[in-house]
Amino acid sequence: MSPIVKLTDVRKSFGPLTVLDGLNMEVAQGEKVALIGPSGSGKSTVLRTIMTLERINGGEIEIDGEPLWHMKKGDRLVPANEAHLRKVRSKVGMVFQQFNLFPHWTVVKNVMNPVRSVLGLPAKEARARAEELLALVGLKDKHHEYPGRLSGGQQQRVAIARALALRPRIMLFDEVTSALDPELVGEVLNVLRMLAHEHDLTMIMVTHQMGFAREIADRVLFFENGRIAEAGKPEKVFTRPDSERTRAFLNAVLQG
Amino acid sequence: MPFDIEYARAILPLLLKASIITIEATFVSMFVALIGGLILALALRSHLRLISWPIWAVAQFIRSTPLLIQIYFLFFVLPDFGITLPPFTTGVIALGIHYSCYIAEVYRAGLESVPKGQWEAAVALNYSRARAMAEIILPQALPPMVPVLTNYMIVMFKDTPILASITVIELMQTANIIASERFLYVEPMTLVGLIFLAMSLIASAGVRILEGRLAR
Repeated sequence: MSPIVKLTDVRKSFGPLTVLDGLNMEVAQGEKVALIGPSGSGKSTVLRTIMTLERINGGEIEIDGEPLWHMKKGDRLVPANEAHLRKVRSKVGMVFQQFNLFPHWTVVKNVMNPVRSVLGLPAKEARARAEELLALVGLKDKHHEYPGRLSGGQQQRVAIARALALRPRIMLFDEVTSALDPELVGEVLNVLRMLAHEHDLTMIMVTHQMGFAREIADRVLFFENGRIAEAGKPEKVFTRPDSERTRAFLNAVLQG
Repeated sequence: MPFDIEYARAILPLLLKASIITIEATFVSMFVALIGGLILALALRSHLRLISWPIWAVAQFIRSTPLLIQIYFLFFVLPDFGITLPPFTTGVIALGIHYSCYIAEVYRAGLESVPKGQWEAAVALNYSRARAMAEIILPQALPPMVPVLTNYMIVMFKDTPILASITVIELMQTANIIASERFLYVEPMTLVGLIFLAMSLIASAGVRILEGRLAR
């Protein structure tokens, strides 16, 4: 089966700093992939380029067989326009480290308004979908609170519900527990654990929670200097890594 | 020179009636400035230099030249090019455009005060740029701007006597006409000053109440 996300020779630099250096990466549909590695190794940038938050300087990203940054015009490929980006992007959802909820909307509005505005569903259906998802993430009683009154863990669960409401096929999680107080990490990981049981949902997670990555990931990618230095099943990468760098990194974080 | 209370009382209704024109001019000009300022602010944010650069230059030019000259230009010079507009229309266009150049900066600051993560969330949720701006960014950018915008409106209100120079019969011009009938300036000019003072104070109080509401 062809991969649902495919990065070919992707290059990205910020000024003189090369962040992604000819990255090749494939993710199969339904696969749960954890991206680990030292900070600055480019793992968050991978998610941001897939979400079109960053333009790439070279190479191509394909989502579900379709190029992201290019589109067909006749039999030539031309740079993608906004309409093409929105079409391909509709298959992808993202959850951020800083939640990024909309502070001027209540919790239920945060989840239902994008469904109305972006998918064009009527208010009633959008609300039903929002309520269902808020129940799923355990926030049934917080519908009419504003995000500012919620704990970090609760805000992040709303953010997950908000992204899921658009029914993406690929979910990107960018260090979603890094901004949380330690006692709130568990409630967010529980939601991710539940999602990991969704057979068809592709999940790509950047995480520092090694235990969690080991538990739910089908495959772990170890990033270094904008490339994948090692990839494999979690039990392999975490116990018998091939690369010396991976071993050093794991020793450092697991002891820390 | 004595202040003739009886005379003042006799001309007050005329002046109050004329102040309606002043208030109208303020609101219409402010409306023009709010829309114009938003368009300018959005154009200045454009990534296309072909759009943002000329707009920046024009705004800079308008901010750096006196309002009176701009009004004269619109009213006395444009007819030479075949464009003749009624005095009131000319006045609100001039005031509106002049202030839109200042208000664009207020919008810019307001838009920049919205965290970048809000845009990113909107992109990740696949909002179109226009909808993200209308539904997510502007509703967060506007409330902090309201007190500043209202202050600009009060300043603009005090600039409206400039319309007298292009024959708009507003408050100042009415006072002028009354005064020149008998060359008695004390009463009409004093009253004009007091009317401006009273309305500005009321508006300022309104701003404070609004600020209190928004702060909550």
